[in-house]
Amino acid sequence: MSAIASEYLPVLLFFAVGIAFALIFVSAPIAVSALTGTAKPEAVKLSEYESGFPAFSDARAKFDVQFYLVAILFIVFDLEAAFLFPWAVSLHWGGESAWWAMMEFLGELAIGLVYAWKVGALEWE
Amino acid sequence: MTYTGWFVEQFGAGLGWFLANLTLILAIAFPVMVGVALAVYADRKIWAAMQMRRGPNVVGPFGILQTFADAAKLFLKETIIPAGASTGVFLLAPMISFTLALVVWAVMPFDAGLVLADLNVGLLYIFAVSSMGVYGIIMSGWASNSKYAFLGGLRSAAQMVSYEVSMGFILVAVMMYAQSLNLSDIVLAQKGNVLGILNGNIFNPLLFPMGIMFFITALAETNRPPFDLPEAEAELVAGYQVEYSSMSFALFFLGEYANILFMCALIPTLFLGGWLPPLDLPFLYAIPGFVWFLSKMAFLFFLFAWVKATVPRYRYDQLMRLGWKVFLPLSLFWVVVVSGWLMFTGHFAAAPGVM
Repeated sequence: MSAIASEYLPVLLFFAVGIAFALIFVSAPIAVSALTGTAKPEAVKLSEYESGFPAFSDARAKFDVQFYLVAILFIVFDLEAAFLFPWAVSLHWGGESAWWAMMEFLGELAIGLVYAWKVGALEWE
Repeated sequence: MTYTGWFVEQFGAGLGWFLANLTLILAIAFPVMVGVALAVYADRKIWAAMQMRRGPNVVGPFGILQTFADAAKLFLKETIIPAGASTGVFLLAPMISFTLALVVWAVMPFDAGLVLADLNVGLLYIFAVSSMGVYGIIMSGWASNSKYAFLGGLRSAAQMVSYEVSMGFILVAVMMYAQSLNLSDIVLAQKGNVLGILNGNIFNPLLFPMGIMFFITALAETNRPPFDLPEAEAELVAGYQVEYSSMSFALFFLGEYANILFMCALIPTLFLGGWLPPLDLPFLYAIPGFVWFLSKMAFLFFLFAWVKATVPRYRYDQLMRLGWKVFLPLSLFWVVVVSGWLMFTGHFAAAPGVM
């Protein structure tokens, strides 16, 4: 195994330990309450919470399209940030030409942001 | 002999490596969990003190065991899985939140060389793991099949992704100075970086606004007041956590506070010089770096609690306006300013590590 890959093994082990902790924390109280008899499920207890009223419609209903817009804009600008990461740490190789190239890219995305702003994609009522 | 080396000698290569890393991981995970309990206590005490109240003071000396009592109580409670919920996803969501909040600590350098995995892309790893945190929240909102949880989950996801964008740009500005994604390199690059005596990017006039913006972004990322819209108990009861009980709820709580503590550790690493003392004077290095790191964390956590105690909650449209119309253009512009300044003052003339 290469040296770089073996650096990631502790991270993988950390994931395994974290998942093990989470499994214990979720399953142990279920087992404990089942064994001690504190688990007494009943219809009212298991119904969804809606401030004491019976639920009068499905929760998974239509919601504001604005959330989709935010998600799409997020993908655009987060990818931009992801492109900036390698660029930022390798500017000493790229020099001025790399800087001007990225400025052009940022300028185009700034135009995109201005457009999204103008058409009201960033407005919340 | 290194720590891992000793284990390898005792138990052989494979098992020795495993045991060494397992003990190191537990040495991070347990203090984080105990730290969360103490942070909750500190949060409540500071909050109470600012409102001229006493805060928790019954369980243990000065009430310091209050959180442990709460945790024990939650552990013995019944786990309620609502009849309409998707059981698998419902139980998976808190596990994701908790696991991610724990594993992100893998790359945090607590002192010089005191880090579990000294990845050369540490900052990218943090960025990736904190992005995945959204999954736990949106899954819990969806799986609960309750309107409050659904709205809270949507709100929280939209809020977290909005602020993550400007967070990315702020990180870019920091890593341009260090010319590295490795957190230890970023800390070492701050040694005497301002006037040769101040350790910390925050003292740099070009990075100072980024530091302030990062602090506010960290509040929004961790759903802290004044950005605790997902919980907004007056409108949404408790947002995505409303259907959770017992340890499933506690895992969200643990994850949230572990993330807050992580932000309290990340801000010093990026802006306050990590384990370095604030001034680059030889006698200050007599105090171990670990102590500097923890005291900076404690200071940041006090700021988090201070903000919580004094600032009223934002309205949702104000929150999104701040994220998309103020922070995003400002951080984007500032990346251009910082990179241009560094480009034309010759910061990139030398290869990294030579500075």
